[in-house]
Amino acid sequence: MSEGHVYTAYHPRWLRQRISTYWWLEKPAYLAFILREASCVFVAWFVVYLLLLVDAVSGGAAAYAQFLAWSADAPILLLNVVSFLFVVFHAVTFFDAAPQAMVVHVGQTRVPGHLVLAGHYAAWAAVSVFVAWLLASGQ
Amino acid sequence: MINRHPEPILWMLFSAGGVVSAMLMPALLLLFGVAYPLGWLAPPSHETMVAVLGNPLTGLVLFGLCVLSLFHFAHRFRHTLYDGLQIKHLNEVIALVSYGSAIVGSVIAAYLLWQVS
Repeated sequence: MSEGHVYTAYHPRWLRQRISTYWWLEKPAYLAFILREASCVFVAWFVVYLLLLVDAVSGGAAAYAQFLAWSADAPILLLNVVSFLFVVFHAVTFFDAAPQAMVVHVGQTRVPGHLVLAGHYAAWAAVSVFVAWLLASGQ
Repeated sequence: MINRHPEPILWMLFSAGGVVSAMLMPALLLLFGVAYPLGWLAPPSHETMVAVLGNPLTGLVLFGLCVLSLFHFAHRFRHTLYDGLQIKHLNEVIALVSYGSAIVGSVIAAYLLWQVS
């Protein structure tokens, strides 16, 4: 009775299309997305760079001078120029998302998105000016 | 005991790090990475740097910048490898390396910023 019957495990065939590993090269918008995500690597690099600066300042005037000379080396300078562009791209895209991510209320009324956006840009400008002033004041 | 998922906390750290790094990094990177090395502006003297970094408030702000930015990096990097490059079989390893490096980096930042103050 059982002879002739072979049971096999049922394997459904996936209806998923395989997406290319390089899908993000297909459209400019996809590339912009992946470049925005890649900006995090340059954010991490700046933390490293900042901590190297802090360590050099701890090490005394000679170590600080050595750090400044090292920062003018072509590869480091190039890396920092690229990092600056990526960090600005990160800032712009992050602030652009802020009106969607942040719902601010004053009393009962919701603050419109463009004011939330303007607030972020104003804060960015104020922080940047303060940093420049702080570092320029003691020359 | 409710089994809490760490994702919301990690996302909060990502978001906070995104804002803090966006506010502070462009100016700092333009000055220390481009303007001083190229001679557009004279770099601050060593005494100024010691005075600025010696201020506890500066130390606190820079520590916050380092920690939050590192967790911002870790979270985004992990998800980029997951979505962008579709590396899914190494999920645990990538998460461990990403957040692990953020924790180690935070400890190093605390040590270096404490030492300079």
